[in-house]
Amino acid sequence: MTTPDLLYSEVEEDLRASVRALLADRCPPAAVLARAEGPAPYDGKLWHALARELGAAGLQVPEEHGGAGATLRETAVVLEELGRAAAPTPFLGSAVLATTALLACAGGAELLAELAAGERTAALAVPLAAAPGTGFPWAGLPQTVRADGAGALTGRVAAVADAAAADVLLVPAAGPDGPGLYAVEADAAGLAVAPRTSLDLTRPLADLALHGVPARRLAGPAEAPAAVERALLTGAGLLASEQLGIAEWCLATTTAYLKERRQFGRPVGSFQAVKHRLADLWLEAAGARAAARGAADALARGAEDAPLAVAVAQAYCGDAAVRAAEECVQLHGGIGMTWEHPAHLYLKRAKADQIALGTPGRHRAALAVLADLPAPTG
Amino acid sequence: MTTTAKGTAPAGGTGPAVTAEDVRRRVRALLDAHGTADRTAFLRARFDAGLAWVHFPEGLGGLGAPRGLQAVADAELAAAGAPDNNPRANGIGLGMAAPTLLRFGTPEQQARFLRPLWTGEETWCQLFSEPGAGSDLAALGTRAVLDGDTWTVDGQKVWTSGAHTARWAILVARTDPDAPKHRGITYFVCDMTDPGVEVRPLRQITGEAEFNEVFLTGVRIPDAHRIGEAGDGWRVAQTTLNNERVAIGGQRTPREGGMIGTVAATWRDRPELRTHDLHQRLLHGWVEAEVARLTGERLRQQLAVGQPGPEGAAMKLAFARLAQHLSGLEVELLGEEGLGYGDWTMVRPDHVDFLGRDAGYRYLRAKGNSIEGGTSEILRNIIAERVLGLPAEPRTDKDVPWKELPR
Repeated sequence: MTTPDLLYSEVEEDLRASVRALLADRCPPAAVLARAEGPAPYDGKLWHALARELGAAGLQVPEEHGGAGATLRETAVVLEELGRAAAPTPFLGSAVLATTALLACAGGAELLAELAAGERTAALAVPLAAAPGTGFPWAGLPQTVRADGAGALTGRVAAVADAAAADVLLVPAAGPDGPGLYAVEADAAGLAVAPRTSLDLTRPLADLALHGVPARRLAGPAEAPAAVERALLTGAGLLASEQLGIAEWCLATTTAYLKERRQFGRPVGSFQAVKHRLADLWLEAAGARAAARGAADALARGAEDAPLAVAVAQAYCGDAAVRAAEECVQLHGGIGMTWEHPAHLYLKRAKADQIALGTPGRHRAALAVLADLPAPTG
Repeated sequence: MTTTAKGTAPAGGTGPAVTAEDVRRRVRALLDAHGTADRTAFLRARFDAGLAWVHFPEGLGGLGAPRGLQAVADAELAAAGAPDNNPRANGIGLGMAAPTLLRFGTPEQQARFLRPLWTGEETWCQLFSEPGAGSDLAALGTRAVLDGDTWTVDGQKVWTSGAHTARWAILVARTDPDAPKHRGITYFVCDMTDPGVEVRPLRQITGEAEFNEVFLTGVRIPDAHRIGEAGDGWRVAQTTLNNERVAIGGQRTPREGGMIGTVAATWRDRPELRTHDLHQRLLHGWVEAEVARLTGERLRQQLAVGQPGPEGAAMKLAFARLAQHLSGLEVELLGEEGLGYGDWTMVRPDHVDFLGRDAGYRYLRAKGNSIEGGTSEILRNIIAERVLGLPAEPRTDKDVPWKELPR
């Protein structure tokens, strides 16, 4: 077991500063809130700046495929900042899930280069709740897309993140000779993308219905299951960094408010019953930072124990972000319950993220195997 | 701490930086020049060679080297089969008294105390807490009165581990009752062989007595054994207490090191004990333990590159919570066996082992983890006020003379 590098490099801190500055400028909480109920949930100009100008979309893509040749550690830093801003971008769906799947397929080089350059966006057509390690197609989740002999797809996939904003959908489907991964253009005939009303206002979901949709097969039975598994594992591991960003925003915002807000002639933050709760949140955030960095580093190194590091990070950070967001609402008192205050954006993102890519309970169940802590028999 | 103690620069600042190869060369020279058969003689020679604590200054057992190079010296000497100074028998001396003497002691005090402290020829204890001054240590009432060049001390201390074997104690006492509580305290080295020192075992919930009550009656301390200025003892004591928290929460552990390893081993070895409820709680605890381990590892990585974080207090909080949660889980897991207890006989252990003995002992001993060395409540205050910058509770005891405070 190699000791993971749990710190941030100078390059990573520079990247963080750039992303944070962009988000502070282009997506303050009021702007996110204003957009949340509008017709365009994603901010195209923000995505253009993030993906193309900062090159964030291609961070984990090798230079020969048009990317920045960085690693998943840097990608994780971007997710931290996107979590901190509850930013409405398709980064997780396109730059993490779809890009990771494509990197594991020999047949997707051209599309990969387009995604890396931020010229197009893609979404991996799996339910956002799908967990890594559950097999292909995912046990317990409806995944009924089939490919016919000519490569046309028919079936449904529910609750896909970032699908409505995608130019291309990467659809895992059962083909005549086994599982495959197929590329479908968003404007293809026979494809219906139906937006859902999502709990998370900043990461919209959509249901896909495919009826004889023309598709291009990117990977067959030899590559597709591993590519999808790699995408889910990477997505789950890096989602921990987004959850860390959420928890840190909630802690910082709540702390700042409680220094200002006065009741009974004192700052509310001077009451021990309140400050102990914030100290506990700080402790959890420190744990979440170590766990999220551990997972990002293990994934970046391709470490043998990466599945364990990811399961630990997801089992911990999912709950930590929710607790931080719930405490943020509670400790703000009445203002925390209003639509006007951004706390609810973070609560909704945190609660949805807790379910995304496997609940903490599912990841703990995975640890029963990964850490050799077997369940009782019978 | 001085820059030397942080390990960021050589003590003198003049010579070239000490390297790992320098340390290895010195170890070889020490081993060539001294046999290891006479343990005390060898340890004294090791101290004189600057290989005791390499980050201390030259002449005081160190080389003014980065702290990280100590591991190099320890590994080389262990590989050669050289005896060590049995550090766990003198944790208070090595972990708390020594850094305080280094920072605040006079050259004469450092020359007198540090060498036998490090070799273990003289062990140390800590006379801080009192029955009326626990978390509120600055309320302490043990009095020290100066007459000529000798102080006379009267009072009662409690929770003193090792008092029955220690040669010396670090002591805080009230020297100016007219000053506000934090400003009338002085820090001393107390001779535990003084006839006015009476040590009584303090039996604890495990049945044994790690700790003592210490009664001080007319104890004489020469002014030359005062550490720091009279009235400045609170500031001196902060150095001691900060080192205590590092010592309690700061050990590096491998995955499944600590209490979780014990519980996980029982789980694997005893399938007949497993239930679904305990399984869920074990998995929760395993994740908490792994995350605490990573948090500690991250803290060490920050220290190694010179970015000390405030996670020290956090580590102690997390360690206490985990130890209590997991040790309780193990007693429950053992079921009928958990109804028993190893031995209630009053004994005087020569060191503490949180992971030792049986599950019942571990469960009970872990209750102390959130009390000793700063309660979890005080640590939460520290995090809230010093890290998050939240305002302190309003206080009425800070600016009035100590003698006017209600007790």
